[in-house]
Amino acid sequence: MIQIKNLSKQFRLRNGSVVEVLKGIDLDVPDRSITAVIGPSGAGKTTLSRCISLLEQASSGSILVNGEELSALDRDGLRRARRAIGTIFQSSALLRRKTVAENIALPLRYLGVVESDIQRRVRELLVSVGLPDKVDYFPDQLSGGQRQRVGIARALVLHPQVLLADEATSGLDPEATESILALLKSLRDEFGLSIILITHEMSAVRDVADNVALIQAGRIVEQGSVRQLIADPLSGIGRQLLPVRPLIQYREDEWLLELTYRADREVPADWISQISEHEQARVSLLGGSIEQVAGRLSGRVITAVRFARDDVGGVAQLSAYLARIGLNVTVLRSPQLVTQVTEAAA
Amino acid sequence: MSTVITPALGNDTPWDQVPALLLPAYGETWTMVGIVMLFVILVGGAVGVLLFNTGRRGLFTHRQSYLVISWLVNMGRSLPFLVLMAAIIPLTYLITGTSIGIPAAVVPMVVAGIPFFARLVENALRDLPPEVTAVGLVSGGSTLQIIFSAQLSEALPSLVAAATLNLISMIEYSAISGTIGAGGIGYLAVVYGYQRFDHHIMIATILVLVATIQLVQLGGDKLVSLLSRP
Repeated sequence: MIQIKNLSKQFRLRNGSVVEVLKGIDLDVPDRSITAVIGPSGAGKTTLSRCISLLEQASSGSILVNGEELSALDRDGLRRARRAIGTIFQSSALLRRKTVAENIALPLRYLGVVESDIQRRVRELLVSVGLPDKVDYFPDQLSGGQRQRVGIARALVLHPQVLLADEATSGLDPEATESILALLKSLRDEFGLSIILITHEMSAVRDVADNVALIQAGRIVEQGSVRQLIADPLSGIGRQLLPVRPLIQYREDEWLLELTYRADREVPADWISQISEHEQARVSLLGGSIEQVAGRLSGRVITAVRFARDDVGGVAQLSAYLARIGLNVTVLRSPQLVTQVTEAAA
Repeated sequence: MSTVITPALGNDTPWDQVPALLLPAYGETWTMVGIVMLFVILVGGAVGVLLFNTGRRGLFTHRQSYLVISWLVNMGRSLPFLVLMAAIIPLTYLITGTSIGIPAAVVPMVVAGIPFFARLVENALRDLPPEVTAVGLVSGGSTLQIIFSAQLSEALPSLVAAATLNLISMIEYSAISGTIGAGGIGYLAVVYGYQRFDHHIMIATILVLVATIQLVQLGGDKLVSLLSRP
């Protein structure tokens, strides 16, 4: 696994001023997991990625791979340490004048591995990434998705424990993106890799990440497992992962309730009909998003609810019932509160 | 009283004797250019690699070194070749023990060619995608491994184009060197064509030079396209 502790990076500008791009990043990526780092451009994603791939040395803090400190090394140490981390670049970054096989073999050649071993390893990897017949092709003869597969094979050639994918699917069409993400998932399971996915694409996070960290202005402002964050009504990432665009129409006497599927429970698929059976409430669905995340349904829906008699008692009773079947309730609008505020204003 | 200078006519070498003069001179031209290109590619190439790698996107970025090398390169490129040739006569004499002839021409040509080629190499490397160096680094390559197997190898077509351009300049410089008795077809053109008004030699040298430059460019372009196509 890879642990990043209190990592900071400052750049000194030519005019003498100092810009702090990373301000104490803490991030753990367990084995056999994909951790996504998302954030707006300019947040420090690229710098973080360059620090992890050791292309840039952090100003302070540490990067540990399986407990071994990789930051603060000399030139030779850096060279060795870089081999523990496989890096996939945005543009696949293949050398255009070398064949697929030569591209994948590059790290082995640098190490001085014997030719027969190189050939065997290259063939193995081409099978792993699904391109067994492209050995002698040149990068220009491949599609964007195929080039990225070759980039992944090159990143894996030295058996790294950590794979860093820096915007690996940016610029690919949706199909290629999907297949590359699926490949990363299967590699995580096949080789037990810790994969760091640096991306600005929420859909990629939702599709493959186990954990996610949101980076803003050089700091990680929120992190956790994808399933938990989606289930957390207060999570900003959760909202971005399952965006809900309400609201159609609701009546003045209706409550607006946001219901989030809990991470630790299986929510019955027919929960709406269950509510109408058990509770004396009329529920209309205003908006929502339900997705399969890590093999389980995750969702966030907004409902308008009207109670037959006692509103406050009805909400309490409904909330308790929903909690039992695995749904968290957040009140977005209460008709009583609106009435009180309006009266106070008048 | 004014004197009317009329060109002495009838000094033309008979056509059938032109090859006997032209061919050895042509051989000398290529000898000079060959020796010069050897130094230019080795030294100029190294300086170009140094320029790129001390630069912002290089393997060992070092602003001060970059500025010093860059300043030296600009110096070497700022003098017209004829001026440079005259200006460095003491250096030429120190190295070759003479200030005329082929050896004396080689020194200023090398001095002029190195900075020219260095800048071309730097530009060729700058045109590479920045990931080329990054790939070498994350693949665990040493500085030399990255320079040769990633940077220079990826830039090879541009480097060949640069060398072609440089070679043509050197052929041109070799002709200018004719003025200090360097031999080669430049010398032939100066001594026979210019000083003796030998029109046949003049025409022949022009034709040979034009054909040579065309062939060099054609060959260079062909090689570039062969190297570029996977």
